[in-house]
Amino acid sequence: MRKILFRNLVKGPVTEQGPAAGDAELAELAQRADAAARRRLGRSLAIRQVDAGSCNGCELEIHALSNAFYDLERFGFKFVASPRHADVLLVTGPVTKNMREALARTYAATPDPKWVVAVGDCACDGGVFAGSYACIGAVDQVVPVDIRIRGCPPDPIQLLKGLLALLEGHGRTSVGAK
Amino acid sequence: MAETRPLGALIASGARMAAHRPWPRAVVGQEIWSEAAQQLQDGQLTLLGLWAEAKTVHLAVLDEGNWQAAVLSLACPDGRFPSVGRVHPPAIRLERAVTDLTGLVPDGTADTRPWLDHGAWGIAHPLGTASAAALRPGTDYPFLTVDGEGLHQIPVGPVHAGIIEPGHFRFTANGEAVARLEARLGYVHKGIEALMAGASLERGSQLAQRTSGDSVVAYGIAFAHATEAALGAEAPPRAVWLRALMAELERIANHLGDFGAICNDAAFAIMHAQCGILREEILRAAGAAFGHRLMRDRVVPGGVSGDMAEGGRERIEAALDIVRRRLPGLVKVYDNTTSLQERTVTTGIVKADLVRRWGAGGHVGRASGRVFDTRKQLAYAPYDALTFEIPVRPEGDVNARVWIRIREIEQSLALIEQILSGMPAGAIRRELPASAGAAEGVAMAEAFRGDVLIWLRIGGNGNIERCHLRDASWFQWPLLEAAIEGNIVADFPLCNKSFNCSYSGHDL
Repeated sequence: MRKILFRNLVKGPVTEQGPAAGDAELAELAQRADAAARRRLGRSLAIRQVDAGSCNGCELEIHALSNAFYDLERFGFKFVASPRHADVLLVTGPVTKNMREALARTYAATPDPKWVVAVGDCACDGGVFAGSYACIGAVDQVVPVDIRIRGCPPDPIQLLKGLLALLEGHGRTSVGAK
Repeated sequence: MAETRPLGALIASGARMAAHRPWPRAVVGQEIWSEAAQQLQDGQLTLLGLWAEAKTVHLAVLDEGNWQAAVLSLACPDGRFPSVGRVHPPAIRLERAVTDLTGLVPDGTADTRPWLDHGAWGIAHPLGTASAAALRPGTDYPFLTVDGEGLHQIPVGPVHAGIIEPGHFRFTANGEAVARLEARLGYVHKGIEALMAGASLERGSQLAQRTSGDSVVAYGIAFAHATEAALGAEAPPRAVWLRALMAELERIANHLGDFGAICNDAAFAIMHAQCGILREEILRAAGAAFGHRLMRDRVVPGGVSGDMAEGGRERIEAALDIVRRRLPGLVKVYDNTTSLQERTVTTGIVKADLVRRWGAGGHVGRASGRVFDTRKQLAYAPYDALTFEIPVRPEGDVNARVWIRIREIEQSLALIEQILSGMPAGAIRRELPASAGAAEGVAMAEAFRGDVLIWLRIGGNGNIERCHLRDASWFQWPLLEAAIEGNIVADFPLCNKSFNCSYSGHDL
């Protein structure tokens, strides 16, 4: 183990520079008039991930956000274990009817102010499962959605761009505004 | 009792369906059906799957004596069939799903509770009559009772603390020790089999590859093989080898992820970080070579949708080289760290007998002594031309499942080397022949967690009439409940991660 630690010390982190915030996500977010609330939270956002029927593909890429290459936490994001600790719900899947109530309850348990990010094609419009007797479809049919990140699944860079949009616009201005 | 008849004789005494490939399928009477159920319980046969259509129930079985598989079908004109689960408990959950989806009732079953149907669909029996049904509250589900002094219950889920799929676990514990765990699944039921009905083969393949997001390639291969078998077609050799290349990359990536995650659940974060780096290297190479990190929709019926990109081979070789150089050091850390071993050795033991009865595949089966890997025992190309071993261990604990994964990563590294050097040139996709009337196919492929079975019938118009997908998890989830018994609650995440059953693949 010492060898691994020493090698990492000498070679430095593999972490790469993050992307800029996504334009589409920024535009979508700008339409929602809650900049003041976002400003209050500053650059630290706690995320609760909710799988509402995904195939698990989106979860794999959300997991990858925490690996050393993307290192999500350096931007101020943190995955938390309870919706009661969360500012952001990251919701995946075509919202199966069997998960609808759990999603609604998780949203209700998240304190205001809060944001919902729909991750993946399924969460945006039901994806390939749209029209099934067992699925509701887009996440916004159950809880209000602030940002949509498309992809099947979106790769970590796409996910980062979308999440960074949450920090942009208010995060930077918050430094001067406080 | 009469002498046990071989599987061939059971098939011969039914009406053989000519359009079913490559295994035989026979429509049998109730007597043969029940005889097969008894043979499952006696260990003469292994259960591969049990599914139904509106008025017919199908049973896929395997004779491990000669690795012959077959499908037995029973007509149920009055909507009932003799329960297989009554004599062979591994069939119980499959039968509960059959009742939920088609309305067919297994006579004599011990468990009549719904399984996938939580009362939220608004319809009953979506693959049967699909009639309107009243909504039931999700809490309307009787868990098995546990009686005893000092027992308390811990309900967990469906929304879990980590970034994982939803399911409910009901623990009954005495202090820290788990007296019983009962899982309730079905939360991510998406109605995939209903969406399959009437779909084109192209859309069917896409749905199959979105059944369990970590086994994209394996599902793609199983679907393609079943389709090609039904239509009497074969993918070109280069496509077959490219599929195997992608399947082994998928296997390595998943095992690396789980190796790190298991250690992380024992609060040993450095392994998680290091394995995460290796996993990312593999995914990036896959993305560079095949245009998608999880290699989705690359396998298609008739071949593959695209060849390896320019420079893809070099990217894959570079990634494998990193894994080959770094993995031994990580394995050494795992093996030499007492605090880790303390958590994994003798934790969550699954007995060999349970694994055999449930026909559990993948690392769950192989860590408890069951030698079964469809790449070997039901070998499909190109694995019949490749040299590799199936690692097996007898202990059945978390540690054994970790070691199976480590050994399988090593085997897959060697396999990819062979695949890259033996890769044939030529076409990567072949036009599928049109189906002349209904055609049926069945196939199994080895995902990282075990065998995937896909059965389908293609109609005269070339579209799918019925497709059934059975994940390895169906025969692993029940064993997780056995593994945790007598262990402490805090060891559940370790046990669960060492299994890493699929929720979505199971719930469909």
